[in-house]
Amino acid sequence: MTIDTTTEREPILRARRLVKTFGRVVGLDGASLELYPGEVLAVIGDNGAGKSTLIKCLTGAEVPDEGEIWLEGKPVSFKRPQDARDAGIETVYQNLAVSPALDVASNLFLGRELRKKGVLGSVFRVVDQKGMRQRARDELRALGISTLQDVTVPVENLSGGQRQAVAVARAAAFGSRVVVLDEPTAALGVRESNQVLELIRQLRERGIPVILISHNMPHVFDVADRIHVQRLGKRAATITPETHSMTDAVAIMTGAATE
Amino acid sequence: MSHTTASPSPSANRTPEGEPPTSALDLAEEFLDRTTPLSRIRSILHRYPAISPAIVLVLAIVVFGLLNERFLNPANLSLITQQVAVVGTLAIAQTLIILTAGIDLSVGAVMVLSSMVTAQATVHLGIPAVVGLLLGLLVGLGAGALNGVLVTRLKLPPFIVTLGTLNIFIALTLLYSSGATVRGGEMPDLLTWTGSVIPLGGVNITVGVLMMLVLYVVLALILQKTAWGRHVYAVGDDPEAARLAGIRVNRVLMSVYLAAGAILAIGAWIQIGRTNAASPNAGADLNLDSITAVVIGGTSLFGGRGTVWGTLLGALIVGVFRNGLSLAGLDVLWQTFAVGVLIVVAVSVDQWIRKVRK
Repeated sequence: MTIDTTTEREPILRARRLVKTFGRVVGLDGASLELYPGEVLAVIGDNGAGKSTLIKCLTGAEVPDEGEIWLEGKPVSFKRPQDARDAGIETVYQNLAVSPALDVASNLFLGRELRKKGVLGSVFRVVDQKGMRQRARDELRALGISTLQDVTVPVENLSGGQRQAVAVARAAAFGSRVVVLDEPTAALGVRESNQVLELIRQLRERGIPVILISHNMPHVFDVADRIHVQRLGKRAATITPETHSMTDAVAIMTGAATE
Repeated sequence: MSHTTASPSPSANRTPEGEPPTSALDLAEEFLDRTTPLSRIRSILHRYPAISPAIVLVLAIVVFGLLNERFLNPANLSLITQQVAVVGTLAIAQTLIILTAGIDLSVGAVMVLSSMVTAQATVHLGIPAVVGLLLGLLVGLGAGALNGVLVTRLKLPPFIVTLGTLNIFIALTLLYSSGATVRGGEMPDLLTWTGSVIPLGGVNITVGVLMMLVLYVVLALILQKTAWGRHVYAVGDDPEAARLAGIRVNRVLMSVYLAAGAILAIGAWIQIGRTNAASPNAGADLNLDSITAVVIGGTSLFGGRGTVWGTLLGALIVGVFRNGLSLAGLDVLWQTFAVGVLIVVAVSVDQWIRKVRK
């Protein structure tokens, strides 16, 4: 079945035998997944294979009926997306949860604004604009996104790739333990996609493990360390770009091959 | 074999120590430079939506000043500010709600109900004026809570909710007051205090006008400087994105309707001072007038974009047009006509500005 049971490293995120049904529709039928520190794990699968449900269970958007999830060796149960966020699992959603009219810095800190010190911050909840802008610049520079040094630009004035960069930077900026990217290149052109793949590599270099959900085989094989193939609500196999070709991956996805 | 080592794969953009790494994203910069002068103007207006109403206001003052020398008279300017005080206050509440992509048709009705409760409780029941004002505040908060609950819990469109509560509040006002006006002379001085005049360098400013201006300053600071202010914009901009970012959208919406209710109660106090009476028939058009001020002030009806300063300019523009046209000797209907044109132009400009979004 899986090929990484021999590894001695502790997974940072582990899901075991997750089951999720929607009425009579079975979304997950005992799906397992392991994410190891410092790796990019791609999740692929045909439509209806349950990859989206799997990710939703890992990020708190759905609650699995059965099964267990461990984060850093401790069992966790997420009731809401905020629970997963609080635990350090940051998700970049396909529809980009950015607020177009707010500027880059405000978007990076949306929902967790830095406050001014003292009474102004604690009682009147006045935000520390200067501090947020400075930290936003630092985070973007650390991710190698130097075109976004003007963090006062409204997000709606940015290109698609830059918006994606803002969303990724936000996910990576808050000491997150795991970053989940849901189809980050689906709406982007070739060059912008490459920029996002570059960002994913930057995340890995910073030691942040990434789960990448994608339909795009070349992108997956370009950036992933391991590839989780989801089929019929279960994990069909976990492969690597070195040991398997794209054709192999498609064969496993469609059930033409088992590994 | 699994690749679980933390050793980074060789990356194309390793740079020497200390220098910020450059990435392929730099290439995207040219997207921002592909602009024409017109689109640059549009970007500026997009970023500072209060610019266009400011230009309109200055032009209007200059033109009306040239048409009739009495227009720039301190007494006349002071009159304009007094005429603007009530609608200007209601428009602050309206701005908050429109920023969340809502609309409030009940602002005028809530204000009138609040003013009637304050005046009648004080005059007929003989309770202290301060308590009467607090009762009025409670009415405002209660009305805001009702609108807020219907919008957030029943998920009804704000337009329909407030169309319904508009009628409810009008009926309640008439039932409660039996249609009778309470005259200022009967009321304690505190209630009509908002109409008293403070001479300020030749121009007579009323307490009500000052209160309105203070409210603008306070709300502008709150919207710009606090986390709550940002959340209001984010919720109006894209509620789903706000929710995914961890903002409790319903809580923000509820607080906006409550804040609006409190502001309307202050508006009720200003109204009593301004007209030296509390009349159940006052303020029938104030809901539309407040929306007019907000729209002319450059706040987008689609939510998430605009400022209270723009709304103040919008309210002043309407006041200046009405006053200026009347001084120019035009029929009152032409004032209404002009305001209509202003609205259509303002919304068209907003649509054009919004096209900045790709």
